[in-house]
Amino acid sequence: MPSRSQPFDVLVVGGGPAGIAAAVSAASRGVTVGLLDDNLTVGGQIWRGEEKNATRPESRDWFEKLRSSNVQLIAQARVFQQPMPGMLLADTPAEVVELQYANLVLATGARERFLPFPGWTLPNVMGAGGLQALVKSGLPIAGKSVVVAGTGPLLLAVARYLRNQGAEIRLIAEQASRRNLIRFAANLLHQPGKLAQALELGRYLRAVRFAPNSWPMAAQGKDELESVTLSVDGSPETIACDYLACGFHLVPNTELASLLGCELKHGYVSVDETQATSIGSVFCAGEPTGIGGVELALIEGQIAGLAASKQRLPARLLRDRDKLKRFVVLLDETFQLRTELRSLGQPENIVCRCEDVPLAQVRRYTSWRAAKLHTRCGMGPCQGRICGPATEFLFKWRPDSVRPPIFPTGLEALATTPGQYQIVTGGEQ
Amino acid sequence: MRQTFDVAIVGAGIVGAACALECAQAELKVAIIESSIVGGGATAAAMGHIVAMDDSEAQFSLTRFSQQLWNTLRTELPREVEFELTGTIWVAADEDEMSAVRNKNRYFTSRGVPAEVLDAAALKQAEPNLRPGLVGALLVPEDSVIYPPTAARWLAERAQQCGASLVRGKAIRLRGGSVEIADGTAISSSLVVNATGAWAPELTPGLEIRKRKGHLVITDRYSGFLRHQLVELGYLKSAHSVTSDSCAFNVQPRATGQILIGSSRQYGAEHSAIDHKIVAGMLARACEYMPALGKMAAVRCWTGFRAATPDKLPLIGPSVTDQKIWLATGHEGLGITTSLGTAKLLVDQIVGRRSAIPIEPYLPARGSREHVYA
Repeated sequence: MPSRSQPFDVLVVGGGPAGIAAAVSAASRGVTVGLLDDNLTVGGQIWRGEEKNATRPESRDWFEKLRSSNVQLIAQARVFQQPMPGMLLADTPAEVVELQYANLVLATGARERFLPFPGWTLPNVMGAGGLQALVKSGLPIAGKSVVVAGTGPLLLAVARYLRNQGAEIRLIAEQASRRNLIRFAANLLHQPGKLAQALELGRYLRAVRFAPNSWPMAAQGKDELESVTLSVDGSPETIACDYLACGFHLVPNTELASLLGCELKHGYVSVDETQATSIGSVFCAGEPTGIGGVELALIEGQIAGLAASKQRLPARLLRDRDKLKRFVVLLDETFQLRTELRSLGQPENIVCRCEDVPLAQVRRYTSWRAAKLHTRCGMGPCQGRICGPATEFLFKWRPDSVRPPIFPTGLEALATTPGQYQIVTGGEQ
Repeated sequence: MRQTFDVAIVGAGIVGAACALECAQAELKVAIIESSIVGGGATAAAMGHIVAMDDSEAQFSLTRFSQQLWNTLRTELPREVEFELTGTIWVAADEDEMSAVRNKNRYFTSRGVPAEVLDAAALKQAEPNLRPGLVGALLVPEDSVIYPPTAARWLAERAQQCGASLVRGKAIRLRGGSVEIADGTAISSSLVVNATGAWAPELTPGLEIRKRKGHLVITDRYSGFLRHQLVELGYLKSAHSVTSDSCAFNVQPRATGQILIGSSRQYGAEHSAIDHKIVAGMLARACEYMPALGKMAAVRCWTGFRAATPDKLPLIGPSVTDQKIWLATGHEGLGITTSLGTAKLLVDQIVGRRSAIPIEPYLPARGSREHVYA
């Protein structure tokens, strides 16, 4: 029998910027804090690989703070179930661990949205962030030609990274209109930090062709990608390339919040002034509360961490947060998906890759649940994380309820009851 | 002018859909009223095991009759219904259960149901992933599996092709002669059939139907791991218990290569949320019988509500209180199997046809108390 365990005072799920900031801020008063992530190292998507080799001052600072804190890192752990309030189960390579908490901070980040178009399932057609992650973990990209397409600021950041690694960026195709982008740029004038980033990025990508009002129409290739046909500012254009890095902005990872019963609004987790969700002991920070980027995530993380550990919230943080929150609306408006993208997919194009369901099959239905039940769309191992956001845009379907396990989980792990798992604690009595 | 139907069926689960098709084929003017998705309730939650059962003569007659109807229909079923003649293997863990196997074998074979007793070696050969040490089993080769939501949809679509009307709306009150819909409209019909499963008492107060909650888990794809529907003989103890929560080993190979794992039974659990303890108990039982399952990934869990009657037989026919309000509910865990038989018996009564099997055991007026046995 394990000795009676102490719950974590604050448990943080997700080790990206929001989660790191939350954990560090909570730990600063000596409370027990756990930081859990499903990757081997913390950093999340945006700071992937930065822990060992920081290339940005802000990430170096936060990793430094994390290292000097008493935050307990729980790596390669994926939460799949809440068997009872105040307790989470997470799958790790070795075993299932049981984590008890008094307060929880959800910093589960976001994922890319994909939309079906002819050829989108060809090898070497990838998510923009997905390709970046592969390159960070060793995929050779030097000398390869890449078309970056879709929408959102991530495209520029990925293009910059790939170019830095020696890739030739043939085109960045941004579906947002020129007018939207100009308005976006004008608004950045009110956000000096963002403007500086944008200008720096702009300088860096000056030599790269950037086309607003442009989107991929089809990817071609025999066994793998050979070329991409895009609508470039109104005219079709075919570009030969080795990779298509394609993502249509981001969708928040709200599955765990939903599982816990947190209220969602317009697809985002609802939070109050202190980042508390509708469940008082559960806080949420970063992209799940609105896609706003790393700066906002860091501030929301700090607020959530402080609030979860019952510390005073500095007025400056709250002010900064509220100011940056405006950026969320700006991002949403600027990179709103144009209606033309709804007709890219052809009837035979696969929409659900797990279950091989073509668009023609799901189109007959009037709701996500009906399509799921009758076609198996979204029933595979990704549990609809890819086709769900696609069909939400294509057909305006609302997502289904979330049930455990929120990730595919070994049967043995689910066959166990609380008390029988390995317990990870904030300390022992 | 308001449309008048001969029969208005409330609920487009597999039972309602089958009844609609049978009515339409009997040239009755039929409406089927569904508030949500065709086949989206207990039908969608069900395993889809088409099985001959021998709890009682009446249960056997209806399940066997229905199974034969499915087997006749199989060539017409579209691919997405995923009909597979997997057979059932009733697994015996000890000598007591083995004697139950022999009894079951006698029962089935004397009534013309093909069955075969497997010894330990034959069982091992039939299902190599079962744990060692099992005593034997009964193979019933004419049992099958289907994917129930698409089966219900197909039945409903065929009914519509035969002239049935699918009405979208939530029925809030049944009267002899009409169904009131939540939007304020009413559907006028000579007969009204309540086919709303475990929710039937909401529309027909006083019905002795209780919700009996079940959990199921489905795995990722592991083609070839499992070949037959496997059920432990201890299942009967589980299904028979009317008081406590119970779990039994009950696994099914899906056409996709996935493995569907059941089964649990709970009374008094009215919420559809997943109960971790029940899932854990059910999966532990499954892993006990098939240890290699433990290494597999579960992709989804869900719950559903069976409509349980005190004597474990469905209610098919006119209700006790109103001869114009009929019932087709109370199928507990056998609604997928007995949907087709239910439809036949219902329409036989409506049009005055002679039934292939005696209908008395399923009549709502049967006086359920006399038949109660636990």
